[in-house]
Amino acid sequence: MACFLVPLAEAVITSVVTKIVEKKEKDPVPVEVSFNGEITEKAEKIPFSKKLKWLNMMLLGGSLLLAFEHVWHGEVVPFFPFLTAASNPADAAEMFGEMSTVGVAMAALVTAVWAVMLILSRVIEKRALKIGRKTAAER
Amino acid sequence: MTLLITVFAAIASTVVWYKNAPESEMRVGVLALMYWGASLMWLVDAIFEYAELGAGYFTPGLRDMINDAFLGLSVVALGLIVWLAIVLIKDPKGVVKAKLFKKKN
Repeated sequence: MACFLVPLAEAVITSVVTKIVEKKEKDPVPVEVSFNGEITEKAEKIPFSKKLKWLNMMLLGGSLLLAFEHVWHGEVVPFFPFLTAASNPADAAEMFGEMSTVGVAMAALVTAVWAVMLILSRVIEKRALKIGRKTAAER
Repeated sequence: MTLLITVFAAIASTVVWYKNAPESEMRVGVLALMYWGASLMWLVDAIFEYAELGAGYFTPGLRDMINDAFLGLSVVALGLIVWLAIVLIKDPKGVVKAKLFKKKN
């Protein structure tokens, strides 16, 4: 009914957080990294704000495509009150119920997947740096 | 069906992104993230629907299936339009700028 509004709201919050984080970030320090397991190169770690943008893009893109689905099913209309369920109290209650269950679960799953992406990227970064340091020390 | 089509679009765009990485001129990563976000959201929707309908969820009527497939394809098209708009606005290759400005020799 309007479940996409929950991830959309999260996207607005994370977009603001990204802007704040971007302003506070310092210039990255170049490090020796191994990209293919052998040769090391000077590289910079991507900032956290860039990783936050992954979450923003998943939340914003997902919400947009879901909003289109709601237009398709006639649940979102281009005139007031924009959500057909908001026109009577019984449907509105059902809509809020769906937002608090399906909507929250959607936002939580996307955030959880992003958290897994963060953990995996941290592991890959650590491994590349470890090999880079080892190779640089051997030289 | 909508979920399935979006997942395939997400996989295809991720493969294209990986194949062209680390070059990201065309910003295919944005498209992939957009499709993955939508796929995850529809997965949640599917789980809730399955909890309600049970095994009936996997045997939709032909009319529903065609409508869902049509919706899925429209969603993929909308994602591509949004991505194209981002690429043209950001203009990473400077093609649009080159069209707007005539170089003086």
